[in-house]
Amino acid sequence: MAAICLPFCAGRCNLTLFFKEALPTRFLMNPLLRFIAELQDVSLLLWRSIVSLRHGPRYFAETLRQMDMIGVGSLPIVLLTGFFTGGVLVLQTYPTLEYYSLQNESGRSVATSLIRELGPVLSALMVSGRIGSAIAAELGSMVVSQQIEAMRALGTDPIRKLVVPRITALIMMLPLLTVAADIFGLIGGGIVANYIYGQDIHVFSESVRNGISTKDIIAGMVKPIFFGFIIGLVACHKGLSTSGGTVGVGRSVTNSVVTASIWVIIFDFFLAKALQYLLDIGRI
Amino acid sequence: MLVDEANSALPLSDDIEFTDMKEAVDSPDRVAPVIEFRDVCLSFDEKVILNGISFSVRRGETKIILGRSGGGKSTVIRLILGLIKPDSGRILIDGEDITDHDEPALMTVRQKMGMVFQEGALFDSLPVYENVAYRLREQGVEEDEVEAEVRRMLRFVALEDAIEKMPSELSGGMRRRVGIARALVGDPEIVLFDEPTAGLDPPTARTICELAIKLRDLHDVSSIFVTHEMNNLRYLSSEYAVIDEGGEVRFEKEGERLCMINTEILMLRDGKVGFEGKDEELLRSEDPYIRTFVHGK
Ligand SMILES: Nc1ncnc2c1ncn2[C@@H]1O[C@H](COP(=O)(O)OP(=O)(O)OP(=O)(O)O)[C@@H](O)[C@H]1O
Ligand SMILES: [Mg+2]
Repeated sequence: MAAICLPFCAGRCNLTLFFKEALPTRFLMNPLLRFIAELQDVSLLLWRSIVSLRHGPRYFAETLRQMDMIGVGSLPIVLLTGFFTGGVLVLQTYPTLEYYSLQNESGRSVATSLIRELGPVLSALMVSGRIGSAIAAELGSMVVSQQIEAMRALGTDPIRKLVVPRITALIMMLPLLTVAADIFGLIGGGIVANYIYGQDIHVFSESVRNGISTKDIIAGMVKPIFFGFIIGLVACHKGLSTSGGTVGVGRSVTNSVVTASIWVIIFDFFLAKALQYLLDIGRI
Repeated sequence: MLVDEANSALPLSDDIEFTDMKEAVDSPDRVAPVIEFRDVCLSFDEKVILNGISFSVRRGETKIILGRSGGGKSTVIRLILGLIKPDSGRILIDGEDITDHDEPALMTVRQKMGMVFQEGALFDSLPVYENVAYRLREQGVEEDEVEAEVRRMLRFVALEDAIEKMPSELSGGMRRRVGIARALVGDPEIVLFDEPTAGLDPPTARTICELAIKLRDLHDVSSIFVTHEMNNLRYLSSEYAVIDEGGEVRFEKEGERLCMINTEILMLRDGKVGFEGKDEELLRSEDPYIRTFVHGK
């Protein structure tokens, strides 16, 4: 295992490539093995990021810049997503609730689904599309134009300088974006209930207030922390393990968005289950 | 020797050496190589690139590496920096075995090296100024000191007026020169030039060779100089820099005064060391491979 030095250094030290060396190539065709190799790669990147947090130079300015780009930059799309999702939830559920004469609870239904599920997941998916792709593209082109090598040659650890600030910024900003999406979703829902179905806005907001518990809010804030982490880690890993020139950069971007989105959705299920258990929510 | 006199006239930070000078003269430390390869092998996938390379570069020596395109010259440089690891063999920098160093340990070793990348590898989202200042910024140097040093380096490569430009606005040769300025900031002890003159006009190429000569003779810098151009080889192995009475740097031809030029040539051939020695031996060689290399036919 001495041959491993970095999850991405100049092609050949790549862990995935280490596997290629250790095992005949045909084994690598096995998707399971490839998956394990990649998981190992990601874990190594994560480990190195955590270790680098303990001491040495930290790049606060870079982290702030990333937070600005991720947070402020993604605000419009996340707000729009939240607003229309809240709106469409009321649009679709109101007739059903009305059928059961529960239309006064439409606020509760939209609040629960938005804050527990749709707010965190949809914001994460939007951010993965906008920020995950940008990170993968940026790091990927830095790899193919040898800028990462140049950075290492100049004595800077790219993990410290590039990976840690991005992941930190995502972890900090995604919960805030999610809250913003939730609020706009509720506003969207209220507007639809009021203008399309003629419900009194006070009835709607009252039902929203009854529907949300502190636990829901906690659950809704814990998820985006994990999602931000997943998006950042996947995007940085895909970007740094880019090979094969400009086509490779395109591939990394696509892979990063697809992989991060899938992991967000899979993780969402398990997180939901874990939070249900830990916070004792989900039961009426 | 003459060169040494010029050397001691410079305010170099060499005073540490004086105390142990007496025993140092014949102590192994004095002659310990700055860069040493011991039987280094490396292959990419099934393709063997380096197959048992051994050589060493002494303090203040310039090693010119020749070899055909794709022969592994850039790979040798990347190995020295620890950017990639050899399959087998040892690499020593300043007597320190870096073969098994992890990334944080390598960072310290890399602080004393400067590298000029073949393709420039400038940070394309940063302006020229920030590119050159990069290393100083990372070391937390004061801003006015950074500015002075960056301007000095850019003046050195005659690019002071491009200081505000972005790398994408520069020509290929200008980018290379910025790369050279970036590598030399912070006065590294070891400088690795990967084809620094490729694609440059003869006067600029000459300036870069003069720069390498000055680093070698006046600053005691050890360097590796990868090149395909015989002109460069001629300059580097037949001229030396001295400081004259007026304090100006002058270049003199070998033989004008008694002087040993501290340059050797290493030729890579099919993953092995095909030739190692002085330029006269190379030029005199009867080996057909070397002859095609030197004379182009
Ligand atoms: N990351 C890599 N993965 C696979 N093969 C590589 C990699 N880097 C270099 N090689 C191969 O190693 C060989 C040596 O490359 P290197 O860049 O050292 O050549 P070079 O001597 O610098 O050539 P040139 O004079 O053209 O710059 C080439 O055949 C190249 O294909
Ligand atoms: Mg090369």
